[in-house]
Amino acid sequence: MIAFILKRLAVAIPTLLVLIVISFILMKVAPGNPFAGEKTVPKAVLDNIFARYGLDKPEWQQLLEYIYNVVFHFDFGPSFKYRDRTVNDIIAQGFPVTFTYGAWAFLFATVIGVSLGVAAALRQNGWIDHLAVGLSIGAQVVPNFVMAPVLVLVFTLWLRWLPGGGWDGGHWSNIVLPVIALATSYLASITRIMRSSMLEVLGSNYIRTARAKGLPGWQVVFRHALRPAMLPVVSYLGPVFVGMVTGSVVIDLYFSTGGIGQAFVNSALNRDYSTILGITILLGALTIAANLVVDVLYAWIDPKIKL
Amino acid sequence: MKLNGVLAAALAAGLLLGTAMTASFAAEVPEGTTLASEQIFKYRVLDNINTLDPQLVEDVDTSAVVRSLFEGLYNSGQGGDPVPGVAESYEVNADKTVYTFKLRDAKWSNGDPVTAGDFVYAWQRAVDPKTASNYAYFVGLVGVVNADDIVAGKKPVTDLGVKAIDDKTLEVTLSFSSPWFVRTLSHATLFPAPKAVIEAKGVDWTKPENIVGNGAYTLAENTPGERVVVKRNPNYWDNAKTVLEEVQFLTINDENQGLTRWRAGEVDQTDVPAGQYPALKAELPDNTYSVPNFCTYYFSVNMTDKQTNAALKDVKVREALSLAIDRDVIVNGVLQGGQTPAYSFTHPLTAGFKMPDIPAASMTQADRDAKAVQLMAEAGYGKDKPLEINYIYNTSEAHKKVATVVGQMWKEKLGVTLNLADMEFQTLLDTRHAKTYELARNAWCGDYNEASTFLSLLDSKSEQNDQGYANADVDALLAASKTSADPNVEYAAVEVQASKDVPIMPIYFYAKVFMQSASVKGWPFTDVEQNWYAKDLYKVAE
Repeated sequence: MIAFILKRLAVAIPTLLVLIVISFILMKVAPGNPFAGEKTVPKAVLDNIFARYGLDKPEWQQLLEYIYNVVFHFDFGPSFKYRDRTVNDIIAQGFPVTFTYGAWAFLFATVIGVSLGVAAALRQNGWIDHLAVGLSIGAQVVPNFVMAPVLVLVFTLWLRWLPGGGWDGGHWSNIVLPVIALATSYLASITRIMRSSMLEVLGSNYIRTARAKGLPGWQVVFRHALRPAMLPVVSYLGPVFVGMVTGSVVIDLYFSTGGIGQAFVNSALNRDYSTILGITILLGALTIAANLVVDVLYAWIDPKIKL
Repeated sequence: MKLNGVLAAALAAGLLLGTAMTASFAAEVPEGTTLASEQIFKYRVLDNINTLDPQLVEDVDTSAVVRSLFEGLYNSGQGGDPVPGVAESYEVNADKTVYTFKLRDAKWSNGDPVTAGDFVYAWQRAVDPKTASNYAYFVGLVGVVNADDIVAGKKPVTDLGVKAIDDKTLEVTLSFSSPWFVRTLSHATLFPAPKAVIEAKGVDWTKPENIVGNGAYTLAENTPGERVVVKRNPNYWDNAKTVLEEVQFLTINDENQGLTRWRAGEVDQTDVPAGQYPALKAELPDNTYSVPNFCTYYFSVNMTDKQTNAALKDVKVREALSLAIDRDVIVNGVLQGGQTPAYSFTHPLTAGFKMPDIPAASMTQADRDAKAVQLMAEAGYGKDKPLEINYIYNTSEAHKKVATVVGQMWKEKLGVTLNLADMEFQTLLDTRHAKTYELARNAWCGDYNEASTFLSLLDSKSEQNDQGYANADVDALLAASKTSADPNVEYAAVEVQASKDVPIMPIYFYAKVFMQSASVKGWPFTDVEQNWYAKDLYKVAE
């Protein structure tokens, strides 16, 4: 197990380097530059700005210096668009925000989704099943850019219970709506995956055997069926977790959370090279880590898998 | 001979600086007003606040924040005319090339006095290649001696035409005669900067724990993407007249979300989403405003040989196309937000600018269309020889609508096919600048309230001249305007020439369309630049 983890971490480093190089090339190929605006900046001014950020050097040198600074100083450089901030500042401010609402949304979607899925499978074609399936289809067809404004309309404008945006240092009232808006469609997917997986497991021979030998229903479900039924859900949850904690542009934009998702999209639109790279690396590293966790969880859940 | 500032201003024909010059300006609360108990103004901004460093400011929202934290020599008053800020008064020599400002006893938020040296430092900093400010060119644009050479690295920053005679006297030398120099001083690039703090803290100097300003407010919180909070500065020289205790600049990217939160009372002011002005005006007439905004929306025609559409080289075709655009339909039918039709590049409300007689402006649309058809026929285009033009714009519903409607008008009236191509904003900028387009969307907002802020773009040497338009007469007129007793004469002539050459097709003048809570008072509705100062606002009890 330890050897497996170490091996995976060793592979992660070249993976990240490849990611940096590809992102860097794509970024440089895209037209425009971070300092262009409706008002064209005179050449002399632009030269000064390029010199200030080392953009006047050959591109291979920029890339090598960037990698050197990231690897040896953990320095992602200054933002080109937010002139008095560094990329480290941007990540340090935005990531905790998205991680907070993302983690809550993940917890919410997983707990409710798994419970609903199990309940629906146990009472197949019962009212709870119809309810769960109906809700999950409903939730899945409503994208979060529709969900978010509807939530604000109901809870902010009509009921006046919750603020329609802002973060306020992570006050609970500011977290509720982003969590619901972000979690809903994931919750729906988790419910459906859990339900079908559970149904499949419940129909298998060893469950029939367990029932035949007279085990109580709850023991059959929790000791024998739940763990194998969780496998497809767990493999789904890895990327979902990364997606959630690295933020959703829609959530960030609608709720003005100051999260990293918005920073990521803005950086791409603004050609804020250093910020694009910084957040890409963060996302890449998180994805690799999440996949590793999923693999380890797999081995723990399914004794057939040997790491 | 040195003239008193008031006198000089009165002499500068057309520039009515005199009236507001002596009195300072602040929140002017009428007798008997009941103020609201909570004086917090919540203002919606579209995007992140990019920087709080005055010399690095680029956009309108960021300027609004920086104006609350710092103050220049002069501010922009209610009607957009300059009112004294850190300067009490100024004198100017006869040919309007040397301005001498007398500074008042103002303090930084840490209690240090604001001196002439702070302005010298800031302005040198703005043009210093090491600062690498996008707006470095602004200092040269307004005429400060040697600014362009310093930006280009040809001269040291100490050669900049600004010096501190003593702590309270600042002398600025200009490279050309400028009756409008004082109008440029409310621009953030020319605000003072706290040398000691910047040198001690480096790029971190604008962090809330470090920043020192001389404005009516100090920075309490800066969370990009969420909010910037500023609080009253007790060290501000006119603090006694400040009413608002706190201003929150709330980032809300989506206009509809902004409107919902305004309805919920979470923000005091927000922009009206495109197309919703008529309905909101009917529903909430006392809260819905549309005021002129200092920007022009226009189509750029590529006049260079880098594009191969020969028809666009023919002035008759360009004129016909421009005439056939029914601007009233665009502003009243498409935009519906109080925008006004444009037949000139310069905004009609520009201070001192006298709109010349541009024939197209006074014709009926039927006459314009008739003339357009005739011009096209003369140019040899018609049903049997149809014309096709490619138009590029940056992806946006509003731009698309305008382009579609114009394409429809040209198709119906002239048989011209307009092919639309949308692209990302950065790509549009690159394409326009590389001049590899035929027709492109463009827009320009004035940097200071004087016609040269628009017309200098028509100079063949201008970096912003995306059209590649080069007319020696226009260049000569613009050069002459810099030494002219009344440059507005030359400006009018430039407009007339441009309307004949049609390098651009002006479409409309922008409007700022917004919702404002009834409790907010003191907004500068008549300032075409919409330079608002939190210190001038107050909230009344509802």
